[in-house]
Amino acid sequence: MTVPTRRDMLAGGGLVVFFALSGVAQAQGLSGGGEGGAGPKKVRPDLPGSLATEPRLNAWIRIAPDGEVIVFTGKAELGQGIRTALMQLAMDELDLADNSLTLISADTARTPDEGITAGSHSMQDSGTAILNAAANVRHRLLAEAARRWTVAPATLSTNAGTVRAPDGRSLGYGDLAAGLDLQVDAEPDMPRRPVAARRFIGRTVPRVDIHAKLTGGTAYVQDIKLPHMLHARVVRGPSDGTRLATVDHAAIARLPGIVKVVRDGNFTAILAEREWPVVQALHLLNRAGWQPTRPPLPQGDLATAIQRLPAQDRPILDRHDAPGTVPVREIAARYTRPYLMHGAIGPSCAVALFENGAMTVWTHSQGVYPLRKALAQLLALPVEQVRCIHSEGSGCYGHNGADDVAADAALAARAVPGRPVRMQWMREQEHGWEPLGPAMVTELSGALDANGRIVRWNHAVWSNPHNMRPSAAGDFLAGQEVLPPFPATPPKPIPQPEGGGDRNAVPLYAFPNAVVRHHFIPGMPLRTSALRGLGAHMNVFSIECFIDELAASARRDPVAFRLAHMDDPRAQAVIRTAADKFGWTRYRRQPWRSAGVAFARYKNLGAYCAIVLDVEIEPETGEAVVHRAVAAVDSGEVVNPGGIRNQIEGGIVQSLSWTRHEAVGFDAHRRTAFDWSEYPIARFVDVPRAVEVHLLDRRGAPFLGTGEAAQGPTAAAFANAVALATGKRIRAMPLSAGTIKAAIGDG
Amino acid sequence: MIELSVNGRTERVDADASTPLLYVLRDDLGLVAAKFGCGLGQCGACTVLVDDQPVFSCITSIAALPGRAITTVEGLGTPDKPGIVQRAFEMEQAAQCGYCIPGMIARAEALLRHSTTPSEDEMRTAMSPSLCRCGTHMRILRAVRRAASMRGGGVVDPAERVA
Amino acid sequence: MTRHFASGRRIALLVVAVVVLLFVAFLMFAHRPAIAEIAPPARGAFPETDIARGAALARMGNCTSCHTAKGGRPFAGGVPIATPFGTLHGTNITPDPVTGIGRWSEPAFARSMRQGVARDGSHLYPAFPYDHFSSLTDADLHGLYAFLMTRRPVHLEPPANRMIPPLGFRPLLAGWKLLFFRPARFTTDPGHDALWNRGKYLGDGIAHCGGCHSPRGVLGNEKTDQPYAGGWVDGWYAPPLDATSPAIRAWTADRLETYLRTGLSTTHAAAAGPMGAVAHNLSQVRDPDVRAIATYYADLMAKAPAARREPPLPDRADAAVRAHPEGAALYAGACAMCHEPGAPMVVAGRPVLPLGTQFHEHTPRDMIQTILQGVAPPVGAQGPYMPAYASTLSDTQVAQLVAYLQTRHGTVRWDDLEKEVARARKEGKP
Ligand code: FES
Ligand code: FES
Repeated sequence: MTVPTRRDMLAGGGLVVFFALSGVAQAQGLSGGGEGGAGPKKVRPDLPGSLATEPRLNAWIRIAPDGEVIVFTGKAELGQGIRTALMQLAMDELDLADNSLTLISADTARTPDEGITAGSHSMQDSGTAILNAAANVRHRLLAEAARRWTVAPATLSTNAGTVRAPDGRSLGYGDLAAGLDLQVDAEPDMPRRPVAARRFIGRTVPRVDIHAKLTGGTAYVQDIKLPHMLHARVVRGPSDGTRLATVDHAAIARLPGIVKVVRDGNFTAILAEREWPVVQALHLLNRAGWQPTRPPLPQGDLATAIQRLPAQDRPILDRHDAPGTVPVREIAARYTRPYLMHGAIGPSCAVALFENGAMTVWTHSQGVYPLRKALAQLLALPVEQVRCIHSEGSGCYGHNGADDVAADAALAARAVPGRPVRMQWMREQEHGWEPLGPAMVTELSGALDANGRIVRWNHAVWSNPHNMRPSAAGDFLAGQEVLPPFPATPPKPIPQPEGGGDRNAVPLYAFPNAVVRHHFIPGMPLRTSALRGLGAHMNVFSIECFIDELAASARRDPVAFRLAHMDDPRAQAVIRTAADKFGWTRYRRQPWRSAGVAFARYKNLGAYCAIVLDVEIEPETGEAVVHRAVAAVDSGEVVNPGGIRNQIEGGIVQSLSWTRHEAVGFDAHRRTAFDWSEYPIARFVDVPRAVEVHLLDRRGAPFLGTGEAAQGPTAAAFANAVALATGKRIRAMPLSAGTIKAAIGDG
Repeated sequence: MIELSVNGRTERVDADASTPLLYVLRDDLGLVAAKFGCGLGQCGACTVLVDDQPVFSCITSIAALPGRAITTVEGLGTPDKPGIVQRAFEMEQAAQCGYCIPGMIARAEALLRHSTTPSEDEMRTAMSPSLCRCGTHMRILRAVRRAASMRGGGVVDPAERVA
Repeated sequence: MTRHFASGRRIALLVVAVVVLLFVAFLMFAHRPAIAEIAPPARGAFPETDIARGAALARMGNCTSCHTAKGGRPFAGGVPIATPFGTLHGTNITPDPVTGIGRWSEPAFARSMRQGVARDGSHLYPAFPYDHFSSLTDADLHGLYAFLMTRRPVHLEPPANRMIPPLGFRPLLAGWKLLFFRPARFTTDPGHDALWNRGKYLGDGIAHCGGCHSPRGVLGNEKTDQPYAGGWVDGWYAPPLDATSPAIRAWTADRLETYLRTGLSTTHAAAAGPMGAVAHNLSQVRDPDVRAIATYYADLMAKAPAARREPPLPDRADAAVRAHPEGAALYAGACAMCHEPGAPMVVAGRPVLPLGTQFHEHTPRDMIQTILQGVAPPVGAQGPYMPAYASTLSDTQVAQLVAYLQTRHGTVRWDDLEKEVARARKEGKP
């Protein structure tokens, strides 16, 4: 058993009284959580963060008699370091002794429903909730001690898990908690501890999850090994939109080492005691060939094909503040992005156990509660009989195969009650079946007045849905394979202010006249869903490239031009910081080498991020070297600077990979990218030579989500640098060596 | 029965000779640091050392390995006593999801056994067979530079300094 | 005694004098004048059309393979080129005035391409294929000159050559030329159409395909009487491109064109070894020229066995397992995941193993090199990828694997596999 033993001990030993599940079950909401603001229902809108949906203190914090403090979060560790940041908050605000805190995350039997861990919401939602719950609990501990000692609470103080009186008396939290009822709602605006008292917040604290990952300690769902566990693989065609021609179930069952073949309609899973025979059996089956399951995909120019698809037109912004302005020059541009892959390094995996009529699934899904609901429907079980426990997987960056493989595992496990089943997708299954980040097209036009100011701005974006996370059984691959198949949930756009395809389509700049339209394309030729940043990657790319195009047209410096159109002082500050740290004004362009800048505030609600890249192009090959990347970030109050830096550095490198190398190809029937040779991503030889991240810490300000903030600005900064270095504006991603070379020519 | 030398211990494994080492390590020997990423030798998540060379364990039948010294990340240090490269990765906090990291550590170890004074380009080239999707590359490179220094060498012409 | 000695001395003197005279005569014969340096021409001196023509020729000529070091600047030289006579280094052909060809006039450039003589008059080693380039038209030479003189100058002196003494003494090359070098002339063959003739001009000339695919004599000379009968390069075997082509599927112009432009033929295999770079360069050349090259070579191979009949692909799986159980176990764990018929790569349309010409060549060398070195597309590019097994498998294991593969899919008998592996390792070192 690989789930941390402390948790088992806590669960089994009964030290923790579970909070009533009923209330949580009622709070089931639409899937989407942070993604679309459609998580569990808000029951106390006056409370901050996720306290609005789960106001009771003991849902968040419990104190065992021995002083052990358990903090619960509905958010999951995805490699973003959220566990560490949340523990920092709890340690400081509760004023705990070292090693007295346990954090339990994303488990439908234990933690609050916080929807999906996505949209850079974790600190805003869960961090805010835990911080305020901690302030409440500490306040109650002080009050309880004051009651026992009959002194005024204001005379008391806390220190490392104890409450102290001026006369030297002290009581541990564990003692006090016995007389404390935490099954009460939090109160808003509970005062926080002074900044001076902090030991963890604002400091780079080593991440709690890294040590095990470096030393081979069990850290991932892929590593779970339970007694009598079976190894399973699911049988599918080579890609989304196909199925295997014939599956000879009897023949598979006879293969050496195969324990069972689970079949339901078109769903087939192979189970064996050992892993290697299942893999071999899978390949034997693949020999049968495949057939398409949908009409042929549109071929030819991708952008044109997308713009031809039926779309719902949605006005997003219609601003006419200065109708009288006189434009003297107008330009227009069209930008495109191909389908992109999440491409987790570890293919999706889940472990499921069906026992006594109840299903337990260890999953790296981003949303254990929405997953549970959809699984219950798939398995025809009451929702209470399904438990989903988050266990880390390989970084996912959005909705990948995690939920699908959980359904595959559950269906397989149901057929072998009492035996745990580890369902592992193969590389080609992840490449072939994971939902893709949608291809997108934007058309921008803008007008300058005689003073070189932007007086008119139009932005139209075409996109497939960015949120097809499972909210019902039909949203799983398996849900459409079983008989009878479940209906898929019809795609819905994510409303503003967060937005999906139109995320970040509204410019933060102060343009007097601006129109933004979203052409939402519900029909998906390829399977799509949420990929880190959703539409922001493309919209920020488009806006920030177009700003540079306008700046060039107005003969203005790109940094000065941005500052001149930006009223938000925090935005100005990050742009200035990035430019200063880079040495923008001192930088001298060389032949084939230039610097590009870009900025965005993620969703116009999250972190502010400006990026400057120093890029050199080899004109013979079109290959690019990123000599230096400098980022400036304002995430509000900084909890773990190292954690934020890690996220931004990673975002820069990943976004450069997307922007420079990546595109999912497809032919008439299927994706053509089936492994890393057909879908190359960044390698060490082509990542930047140096990356620096500068943080603007805003003490006391709300936390702003950071995880996705770098994706858009990095893409645009790269394109802008390439444009300045080569004199060629490339508007279609990927800006690969081949594309750049084609733009330069041989001159 | 095939006899393998893993982390200095002789292990007798009852598996088909064609079985890739990765499955034997993870399922039979309980050594889960090496990860399944592609099974095709394309990503390096499964990298271990065989006689000081980095090897993709996902595409190496155990038939190829009797008499050769296999070292996994578990053999480079323990949670209580991490090895030099592991410590360097910890000091640099060189992980996001961390899934690729054991393979990175094994590859870095192989590089540094070969030379503790690689050039920046040699280091990057040596690490290139391993993929990371989280974009942890800059930190991984910092960790390798740091490990090189901790082993008494150092990366020549580092693109970034080890603080 | 004294007289004898005196007369002996006279004879010795005479011999020395003759030798010296012969040597001087040879030096005079070998001597080529320097051509005066010029001021590097301005960029504007060359029209875009000339540059573009030169760019295409440079790609077909695969110039980068010898003149661009790994990770180095294009055309700045420094690539080590192993020959049986020592190691040469590709020269810097950027227009840098000091280390490159910036001060070379066009006649100096043309002389180097046609006669293998550098601007300063020194002879060039025949690793530089002037025996092929000599057939280039003036217009094409001008295009190449225009292209190279408009590249970014790179100041970089390539490392010194390390030739077996006395081969470092360049005038000796005049002797080699006397023996082997006959400047090529291209004449249109009226028996073939324009496309074929264009293909012949390009293939025999700038693309110098014979440089690898023709056999060489002991002094490194291409055997002009056996063009395209198969040759050796960097420890790889370059298979024949004539009627003796061992390919198991016909090389039609269509298939060859696809292969040359993408590095992959679904009826054959992926380009491996030195051919990878050739295909990568050709992928950037406009269609008619690659089509022309494909047409010419398809015709040369039109009488090859596979062109007459495409035999069924041999698959003697059971016999191979019985004969080579060790190789079979290695194959199942290492190769099958990509190459067995049900493997995702094959399901996606990549060719199955026995389609590869490697299985049908008289030497196991290419199969061995592919196993040792793998196949890798350029960084960031899509394309067939295979990991290298050089450090994973021992010589014995590679031999076991090859024996298994040969028994299962091969059409030729190979012997002494283990020795072949050892040789392949040695010769394949970059
Ligand atoms: S899992 Fe072995 S290289 Fe990817
Ligand atoms: S840290 Fe996540 S793949 Fe490398």
